[in-house]
Amino acid sequence: MINAVGRDIPEEILRLTGKEVFQGNNHFDGYEYRRQAPKVKCVIDPEKSKLRSSIREVLEACGIKDGMTLSFHHHFREGDKIVNMVMKEVHDMGLKDIRLCASSLGKAHEALVPMIEDGTITEIRSSGVRGEIGKVISEGKLKGLAYMQSHGGRVRSIVSGEVKIDIAFIGAPTADDYGNCSGIGGTSDCGVLSYAAADADYADNVVVITDHLVPFPNMPAQISMTKVDYVVQVDQIGDPAKIATGAAKPTSDVRKLMMADNCTSFVINTPYFKDGFSYQTGVGGASIASAVALSKIMKERGIRMRFGVGGLTKPMCDILNNDQVDCLLDTQDFDLDAVENVKHPRHFYISADEYANPFNKGAVVNRLDFVILASLEVDVHFNCNVVVGSDGVLTGAQGGHPDTAAGAKCSIVITPLVQGRIPAVCTDVTTVTTPGESVDVVVTDYGIAINPRRQDLMEAVKDAGLPLRTIEELRDIAYSITGEPKKVQFGDRVVGIIESRDGTIMDVVREVKEFSFAE
Amino acid sequence: MMNPDKKRLRRTMMFLNAQKPSLIKDPYIYKPDSLMFDLEDAVAENQKDAARFSLYHALRTIDYRGCEKVVRINGLDTDLWKEDIRCAVAAGCDVIRISKTETGADVKAVEARVEAAEKEFGRPEGSVLIMAAIESCKGVLNAQEICGASERLFGIALSGGDYTKDLQTSISGTGVELMGARQILIIAARAAGVQCFDTVYTDLDNEEGFRREVEMIHTMGFDGKSIVNPRQIHIVHEIYTPAQKDIFFAEKVVREIDSKKAQGIGVFTVDGKMIDIAFYDGAKRTIELAKASGVYKGDL
Repeated sequence: MINAVGRDIPEEILRLTGKEVFQGNNHFDGYEYRRQAPKVKCVIDPEKSKLRSSIREVLEACGIKDGMTLSFHHHFREGDKIVNMVMKEVHDMGLKDIRLCASSLGKAHEALVPMIEDGTITEIRSSGVRGEIGKVISEGKLKGLAYMQSHGGRVRSIVSGEVKIDIAFIGAPTADDYGNCSGIGGTSDCGVLSYAAADADYADNVVVITDHLVPFPNMPAQISMTKVDYVVQVDQIGDPAKIATGAAKPTSDVRKLMMADNCTSFVINTPYFKDGFSYQTGVGGASIASAVALSKIMKERGIRMRFGVGGLTKPMCDILNNDQVDCLLDTQDFDLDAVENVKHPRHFYISADEYANPFNKGAVVNRLDFVILASLEVDVHFNCNVVVGSDGVLTGAQGGHPDTAAGAKCSIVITPLVQGRIPAVCTDVTTVTTPGESVDVVVTDYGIAINPRRQDLMEAVKDAGLPLRTIEELRDIAYSITGEPKKVQFGDRVVGIIESRDGTIMDVVREVKEFSFAE
Repeated sequence: MMNPDKKRLRRTMMFLNAQKPSLIKDPYIYKPDSLMFDLEDAVAENQKDAARFSLYHALRTIDYRGCEKVVRINGLDTDLWKEDIRCAVAAGCDVIRISKTETGADVKAVEARVEAAEKEFGRPEGSVLIMAAIESCKGVLNAQEICGASERLFGIALSGGDYTKDLQTSISGTGVELMGARQILIIAARAAGVQCFDTVYTDLDNEEGFRREVEMIHTMGFDGKSIVNPRQIHIVHEIYTPAQKDIFFAEKVVREIDSKKAQGIGVFTVDGKMIDIAFYDGAKRTIELAKASGVYKGDL
């Protein structure tokens, strides 16, 4: 069945998943449903301890068995040790058919590859996968499907009951023995625990794993003891050097600076750039450079930001420290400056539900004026692909891309026109992850294209002297440089689905086929 | 017939290692006036033929979108320069840049090879221009002779690094060690009616210092500057952008001279200033600079 972005979703996948095809961003607006409720095992006896001495003991206490759903969060990024630590025990116990519900998986988790191959893990739900995990899924070695979800879409799937988490594992930089936990104050700080919040709210069993046990009460707690069943202390939950690194040096790559300048010039010429505007930007060199440039212009023009959202990095925190913004709303911290900035009285922790879930009564993304995003590919319909590499292999994450693009009044995607030898602006993206209806502007090193749906933006910037082009012109320039790429060769088997934030199917990912040369 | 590009605008000439695909694939996006593909110092001795090969294919394949294509050949004291010229001319370059030029004879030697290559590869006679980089005290003292050595030569450029070595000093950042050479070169170039370009500024993080240096050479009369990083380009172009009042004045001068010429009047006043035909070229150049800088809205 063809969906709203023109992708043909096989009937058997619709049957297998019980899902519908994507029918547009606001198709479910006003939809009514009842949230699922977790099982609660009451703790009344004051003598009872929640502390358990090992992962094995806690798995047994939770009654782990074949076929269960285990959840994890990814605030420790490439420094994460929790997923591997828990899954090793699960594997050693000989358990099978585990459904992994992780907010994201990266190269730190390549130890899962043999567990995928031997059937310990048979289904994965995650924002994305990289490295070897992506490769084995694309090779068809995962028995079930990989569901690639946005941050908001993941919360939706948990809250709505589509995914029932049996055991949630929450890595906490600090926790007390009753389970109050926080992202700061320890030796492996990640700042905030936003992606774990829904897991704590909706899982039947909630396990906190920490390497820094503090005396009760660990306040302010980002996740409350009232939701936590067990606490385990381990040697190390993450590698601090890989959780949050020092702030990236501002880029000196002129191509990125040029794109950042184009982006900033666009932003300041829109009607949304006025006192009280809101803004979110990513972690790429150009995105960061555009935040730095924007801060300068805000100062010159005396314009103040009402709130910034992230995925935060130093340049956004600098805007707060310079008192150019009223507050920051934080779902994740990418560098040590951002982690440290969590202590600022106007830097607020928000849950992924508050951030981006389309199935609640209104999320922060809906109140965004600007979001600055990146993309692996953008096509002439403004569809973006941030998950599947141009070689057809799963290699990225949706993150908050589809959520913020759908919510923001002006969503801007920055990408060099040609990435390596691959045209980033193309006729049809390999896989659609964010629909073109959400993407307003594409900024490249060869010019800026505005989505024709946004005649208002075209009108607003027409005299600004920006290097405007149509998206087709950008595609043509890209192809004139690289040639038109041949389509990736896929097999028939569907190995993954790109889940839209509302739970419908945006696209499918098929097994990659060994490339065979043809004249 | 003079090659019409001889007098083209050359505010910025960006150095690129001819062997690096990432550098030569699309440098035109930074909009320098000229691109200079280097076969000389940037390329290791054992990579010279590889660099030539990559340069040849790049020039044949890539549309450099209006940027002038200059090729810096190896020194005349090597056995590489003749083949460099054949390769560059065959590939379609616009200009051959002679490194370490010391005499008018150097220019003539290159001219002869360029002419032969044009014939060999079927390019129109005179289509390839020459510029001479001056990198030694001897070259500075022979600037006048060098400037007048060939009809193909559109200009000379100071190469400060090698020149200061020859002078037994080094680049200080103050410009004092380059002062004499700069003065001699610009005077010699103007006397011969050719262009003159200043040396590179390599302290990339010192934007303030770069800006000061460009302002200085602009005031001294240089046509432009050699560039080592694209982030320097917009600064040069900004400094070379004429002020609105100068553009209006130049426009009036051009229009008045055109109409007065028809009426047979040689000297007249514009905005209270005495004007004659000697102002014409300067005014035309101001309009051209304004166009290149994107600030000219008129119809001249």
